[in-house]
Amino acid sequence: MKFAIVVFPGSNCDHDAHYALTEVLGYEADFVWHKETDLHGADAVVLPGGFSYGDYLRSGAIARFSPVMASVADFAAAGQPVLGVCNGFQVLLEAGLLPGGMRRNRDLKFICQYVHLRVEQTDTLFTRNARVGQVLRIPIAHGEGNYYAPPDAMARLEANRQVIFRYTAPDGALDDAWNINGSTAAIAGICNEARNVVGLMPHPERACERVVGSTDGRVILESVVTALTGEGALA
Amino acid sequence: MWTIFFIASLERYDVKAKVYVTLKPSILDPQGKTIAQALQTMGYQTVQDVRQGKYFELDLDSGSADEARQMVAEVADRVLANPVIESYRVEVE
Repeated sequence: MKFAIVVFPGSNCDHDAHYALTEVLGYEADFVWHKETDLHGADAVVLPGGFSYGDYLRSGAIARFSPVMASVADFAAAGQPVLGVCNGFQVLLEAGLLPGGMRRNRDLKFICQYVHLRVEQTDTLFTRNARVGQVLRIPIAHGEGNYYAPPDAMARLEANRQVIFRYTAPDGALDDAWNINGSTAAIAGICNEARNVVGLMPHPERACERVVGSTDGRVILESVVTALTGEGALA
Repeated sequence: MWTIFFIASLERYDVKAKVYVTLKPSILDPQGKTIAQALQTMGYQTVQDVRQGKYFELDLDSGSADEARQMVAEVADRVLANPVIESYRVEVE
């Protein structure tokens, strides 16, 4: 099982993702520079967090035109797994691989803290090992994560069950006070219609070891491995 | 006559285009709101609302103002604005 981690100028969670996937979880992972168009024969692609192109113009707006993104789009169109974390999610939105856009956080602050995510759907390549309603404790670190989609797009997202993570209270209850950045419908993560492309603002790669405070992120990274190899499948 | 027309058609102009990008009216603008509140606190009680946006100047070498306007609108739609949350206005001089 091999991951490709795309590195844009300004990516800064690329090494976190690499460490979590290789040192912690024991998979293979290659860095792929954004000027490359070859994905190194990877089975899954990760667009990591960070500040690609310094967040100039809008988060992810310039990175989506990097040469590697045409290959990522082809990879996604072929039904293969693509995970966008934080800035990677923003890049997927800008590239049109996922619907919607990001606004500044409701309170205008850059927020760096643990949040609680409720798993809404498990029939995606990145949530298949989780349970519906399971609450994951995973950190966020962003200033522009206030998800928005126009009403017609929101209706399609809900009808197709594309909302896969929502910000909730620790017990999984939906409550505006726990909607950390003001996202529409408390959305923390979504998938595309084919359910192979997933984007989320929280950082699963930063929640893979007890020593850093949580191992809840593992289920997201391990799900795709189970989906592709059967390894670690739930009975 | 034909020759003159041909030369004229090759003429290029320095065109300056301005693009204004703002959040769509339906999208909450927390920065604008914060600025409006600050202004009201300062005593500018007539300020009802503030919308913050982005402003771009593009220097072009273009065949005509219409050609420039069309190209800049395309650029605004593809890159400068995110049509999901933002609208834009193009001015050419």
